[in-house]
Amino acid sequence: MSNMLKDPAILRELIMDHYKYPRNHELVDDDSYDSRHMASDSCIDDITVQSKIENGIIKDIRFDGVACTISTASTSIMSELLKGKSIDEAKKIMENYFNMMDEKPYDEELLEEAIAMMNVHRQANRIKCATIGWKAMKEMIDKE
Amino acid sequence: MLDVNEIKKDFPMFRKHQNMIYLDNSATTFKPDAVISALNRYYEEASVNIERGDYLLSHEVSNDYEDARLSIAKFINAKRKEEIVFTSGATDSLNMIAYGLMDQLQEGDVILLNYAEHASNILCWFDVARKKKCQIAYIELTMDGEVCLDKLKAKLDEYGSRVKIVSMAYVSNVLGFKQDITKIAAMVHEYQALLVVDGAQSVPHMKTDVQLLDIDFLAFSGHKMCGPTGIGVLYGKFDLLDRLKPLRYGGGANARFDIEGNVLLQTTPHKFEAGTPNIAGALGLAAAVRYLSDIGMDNIEEYEKELKKYMVEKLQELPNIKIYNPHTTSGIVAFNADGVFAQDAGSYLNTRNICVRSGNHCAKILHNLIGTDQTCRASLYFYNTKADIDAFVNACAELNIENCINIFF
Repeated sequence: MSNMLKDPAILRELIMDHYKYPRNHELVDDDSYDSRHMASDSCIDDITVQSKIENGIIKDIRFDGVACTISTASTSIMSELLKGKSIDEAKKIMENYFNMMDEKPYDEELLEEAIAMMNVHRQANRIKCATIGWKAMKEMIDKE
Repeated sequence: MLDVNEIKKDFPMFRKHQNMIYLDNSATTFKPDAVISALNRYYEEASVNIERGDYLLSHEVSNDYEDARLSIAKFINAKRKEEIVFTSGATDSLNMIAYGLMDQLQEGDVILLNYAEHASNILCWFDVARKKKCQIAYIELTMDGEVCLDKLKAKLDEYGSRVKIVSMAYVSNVLGFKQDITKIAAMVHEYQALLVVDGAQSVPHMKTDVQLLDIDFLAFSGHKMCGPTGIGVLYGKFDLLDRLKPLRYGGGANARFDIEGNVLLQTTPHKFEAGTPNIAGALGLAAAVRYLSDIGMDNIEEYEKELKKYMVEKLQELPNIKIYNPHTTSGIVAFNADGVFAQDAGSYLNTRNICVRSGNHCAKILHNLIGTDQTCRASLYFYNTKADIDAFVNACAELNIENCINIFF
């Protein structure tokens, strides 16, 4: 991977950018989307993630809600990263992302911008923030 | 004036975590040696059941348990110790009150609550209202969270004799407003309704006189007042408590029963304490009450008031901090930093060894009043110092998005 993504200043900037300008940050009123409301994982973040999966391909991901920097940025990054991927590709990326959270070996190439979350485990009580949107997406993918 | 540096020596938590600035006392409090010793003494020297054994030690522990009840009764100035029921905490007590009163409610009756209440004083009433087809109505609050008498009167006039229960926190857990319970009780009683008071955030911090306040039912938790977890108190005026329906049945709560299903319950309060009670917890709570009484509840209240004032003044000097409850006197400060999500602020303060709570504080309908879902809450106790507050305020000055993200790098 490019060394740029190892530079803490760049990673910080990535989180800030996705927090201030979250991507795909609008829900749609469309029955072809599956949806997950995640409010029970922690008492504070409250987000909804929508996805449209067709023929094994993730066509779209959207989200909205009240959430901290880490939940917002991690979900925003996830929505960009997984959009257009096949379910199998997405599963592999997710596995690596959750491994990174658990401080297990992971393939950083696959995670691209999500690498910005590499240090969240240093504030262990925030791991749930960095995984709330990803868990919503995982539930929808596992259902397929 | 309290000698806080001496007081701190009573708490093992401060010996273990010398640099910790603990400002989450509305969530739970530290335990002094006296309380921990009381627990250990029971488990190490007198670990037998009460009321049942034909041996001297059981008799002695039974007496200790009843003495604990008496200590609690004296602490809140109950008329008699039979008005005190040991529960697992304020939530348990409030549930026992709500469901225990259910049989006395009829369709169309009204239960008056307000938006600042903790989930424990809302959800049980929601369920009881649903089951009995009663109506929940909310008394309007001021921006400080005060229940004004004219607003209360308006609701009592609106619903008249349909109002059967008014339930509210003496001090609310987010805004910390101390209600004028004496006047509220007088008005509620004028309309022949019952006043249920959640004392979880008041009993630990000020003198409580249930007779003076004329409270019908009071609930509070041990762990928020230097006592153990898993023990709390349900107080009720004896006649009202006696009419309350017990929720749990079992050993210790019955005197006799037969195969036909005839049951003779124990007398109040024992009929509410089915099963082996939290004996250690009750003994520990009695030790906590002795400890607090030795310091003096009036001293505690006065000192916390001074700390709160100091904290608000210092925080108000910071341009990036908004305080939601600057005028309330109890030691709770609800605040946010500009552009910083509450949990991000909480995590940043954590990196500075400062413990606060972020979130909606189990008061999920409060945003209707203060216009925000999430706040940070710093809550004080008598073992906090101005130095704690200085460190806290210095850290708050640094609260911005950049710093909150930097903690991950």
